[in-house]
Amino acid sequence: MEVIYILIGVSLLVAIAFLVAFIWAVKNGQFEDTYTPSVRILWDEEKQQKQIREK
Amino acid sequence: MTLQTERSVQQTCFHCGEVCDDATIFHDEKPFCCQGCLLVYELLTDNQLLNYYSLENQPGMKAREADLHTGYAYLDDSATRAKLIDFADDHISKVTFRIPQMHCSACIWLLENLNKLNPGITRSRVQFLRKEVTIVFQHDRISLGKLVELLARIGYAPELQFDRLEANTKSASPQRSLYLKLGIAGFAFGNIMLFSFPEYLDIRDDLGLTLQSFFGYLNILLSLPVLLYSSRDYFVSAWSAVRQGMLNIDFPISLGILAIFCRSTYEILSASGSGYLDSFAGLVFFLLLGKLFQQKSYDALSFDRDYKSYFPISVTKKVGQSQRIISLSDLAIGDQIVVRNQELVPADAVLLSEQAFIDYSFVTGESVPVRKRKGELLFAGGRQVGQAIEMSVMKDVSQSYLTSLWNNDVFQKPAQNALTNLANTVAKYFTLAVLNIALFTVLYWLFTEPGVVVSAVTAVLIIACPCALALSIPFTFGNTLRIFGKSAFFLKNADTVERLAKIDTIVFDKTGTLTWQSKVGVTFQSAEHEPLSATEKIMVGSLVRHSTHPLSYQISRWLKLEKSTTVTDFAELQGKGIMAEIHGQLVRLGARRWILADGKLIESDGDSANHSQVFLEIAGRYRGHFNVANNYRPHLQGLLAKLRSRYRVYLLSGDNDREKGNLEPFFGKNNGTTRMHFNQSPEDKLMFVKKLQGEGNHVMMIGDGLNDAGALKQSDVGVSISEDVASFSPACDAILDARRFEQLGALLHFSKLSYRVVLLSFGISFLYNLIGLSFAVSGMLSPLFAAILMPISSISVVAFATITTRLLAMKLRIN
Repeated sequence: MEVIYILIGVSLLVAIAFLVAFIWAVKNGQFEDTYTPSVRILWDEEKQQKQIREK
Repeated sequence: MTLQTERSVQQTCFHCGEVCDDATIFHDEKPFCCQGCLLVYELLTDNQLLNYYSLENQPGMKAREADLHTGYAYLDDSATRAKLIDFADDHISKVTFRIPQMHCSACIWLLENLNKLNPGITRSRVQFLRKEVTIVFQHDRISLGKLVELLARIGYAPELQFDRLEANTKSASPQRSLYLKLGIAGFAFGNIMLFSFPEYLDIRDDLGLTLQSFFGYLNILLSLPVLLYSSRDYFVSAWSAVRQGMLNIDFPISLGILAIFCRSTYEILSASGSGYLDSFAGLVFFLLLGKLFQQKSYDALSFDRDYKSYFPISVTKKVGQSQRIISLSDLAIGDQIVVRNQELVPADAVLLSEQAFIDYSFVTGESVPVRKRKGELLFAGGRQVGQAIEMSVMKDVSQSYLTSLWNNDVFQKPAQNALTNLANTVAKYFTLAVLNIALFTVLYWLFTEPGVVVSAVTAVLIIACPCALALSIPFTFGNTLRIFGKSAFFLKNADTVERLAKIDTIVFDKTGTLTWQSKVGVTFQSAEHEPLSATEKIMVGSLVRHSTHPLSYQISRWLKLEKSTTVTDFAELQGKGIMAEIHGQLVRLGARRWILADGKLIESDGDSANHSQVFLEIAGRYRGHFNVANNYRPHLQGLLAKLRSRYRVYLLSGDNDREKGNLEPFFGKNNGTTRMHFNQSPEDKLMFVKKLQGEGNHVMMIGDGLNDAGALKQSDVGVSISEDVASFSPACDAILDARRFEQLGALLHFSKLSYRVVLLSFGISFLYNLIGLSFAVSGMLSPLFAAILMPISSISVVAFATITTRLLAMKLRIN
């Protein structure tokens, strides 16, 4: 049953990874503007396509 | 008799959606209302940005004349520039502008595609809720001035107010650190609960016991960031209160948090128990959740504006024969400046032009423009109506008549001390009670069983931690704040709800609050089916321009004439009307009995509460009459009748008392005390509110202009009424959308109800505390019991608070 120590360590690491992701998201300002991205996602991808073509 | 309205082709501008009048321009088979809109369309077409029009119908904004003709070159002055720019290196600069005009997804799209309009712009990013756009640009390819000019050209002139020059401090939002604290507390809470399972299940075999101690150490590790980071604010707040000799709600919370943590750590390290770290993390998590819920903020609104937010950032200075646009902070005494139509006079100055019409509604509340002649002093804050005028600056911007209001003590005082509110009053007694119970427990066990003292006392402190108590206010008031927000009544913070509930006196400002600038207030009814010709309009316009009567002003506004003609022999006859000779013809405008003295019959319903009539005669011929709607807000009568039955209601007006008769039905005839006060200066208003407060009243001030700023600030709750909530409003505690004005009574009632909900939730949480304490005092607190009681009490209080407020809102039909 000693394997449980490893499993717990792994589970904690996974949890910490999510915490770090959350902290990154907050620091990145993703929680400050909750509206604009919802509009942005609906635009046609014309802009990106052009950028791809230029490459 | 026909009702003559503007004859309009029912065609709306392809760009801005406004109804096009006679001068419609057609381009690409699309109608445009003006050259400005067409120019934007062409600019966007040339740059393959037509997508703008497919995202929304008619998304554009009519560019404001003033924005287009202002030069922005002064922005490139290095001092001004440095204050506006967020960040700059050798090649790129980053700047953030507030653009109140943005309103739809097409706006966002266009503003984020600015790089197609000018290659010098690297990237632009919109924050729609704050109505902000952050632009990164290469300053060697496009200057700041040119960038702003580009924005103005496409109808998105950024807000450039004087306060932007004062300080450029952008602190990261306080929300950000709260999210982090909450995230960490939640993370710790979940994991500690998981690691406490062996304890919950009471596994007593070997593996269970070794795991228990291993998990105990892990739990301490997980709790450390919660103690040191997440709950820091509570310690800081409690400590600063104690240092001022006060006890606030954060004191018993901090005590409880510390007691749980220390006892749990001791138990785990000494292997004498498993502690209550799950309750500890859960407690902090719930408390922070409450805090987050309470901190609903309205990004697009600003509650802390002073005069600097009203003033333009630039002013046109006259140097010799040429004009130069300079930054307002560079304005010096003795400078000659030019103020155009609808621009503000930025500092006290002497008029150099022949005459000016200054609208002081901003400063005094007086709604009719005042005529000033050459050599007279113009006060800062007045708005010029009509032609551009020149003036010579007499005083610094910060020492003008208007701005001196801000030197009053009210504005120097820090915001109202939050320690006086309900939570902290309760907390004071609560803390004293808890400390007494703890003392009693110590004494009792000291003489009976000294070994139990520490565990019993810590148990008392843990269980008495007023978690549910501390949650009832944020959730009730937070929810109330949201419900208010849906009704377009925006509060600065949740504390305002509490102050709102205590209001017993309401003071109204007249201009802009009880009255409003209706757009369709005037109609002309001609006598012989013959509309006014253009010349006649100019004649009437020139005549009314000479009168300061409010009806003349309304007609003048309605005519919207640029041109005027010479008027001779002007006379204003008290109670009758005005007359003058124009183009050799006698024009008379005034009351029915004066114009129609010879008893001509006319089908008209006469004056009424809703409108006044003004009769027109040109060269002896009766031409018809104007119907001028009284510009009181709709439903005023009903609302005031309702309010008067529950509150003391007063009226303060910067205007003179000519409307006293009209307002009497609303405010009631005087019985003993005067309810209406006229000719009130901004200081008078402030002193009036102060006097009412001195008599022990809780005063709500409702106003809209800068002239009310002092009273709004002094009052317990200052409410600013706004036709467009995103536009400027003076510093206040709440902003009410003018369209919801009639709801005011219901909203006030609701705040009182939610105050009662808080008291009820207090009752519930005391009940939990009593149950818990009876266990704790007897020294029988098991970790499992604590782990269950804590969340149950919190969740039930939160559920009670949110559900009751919502039900009450539904019952009152708010939102």
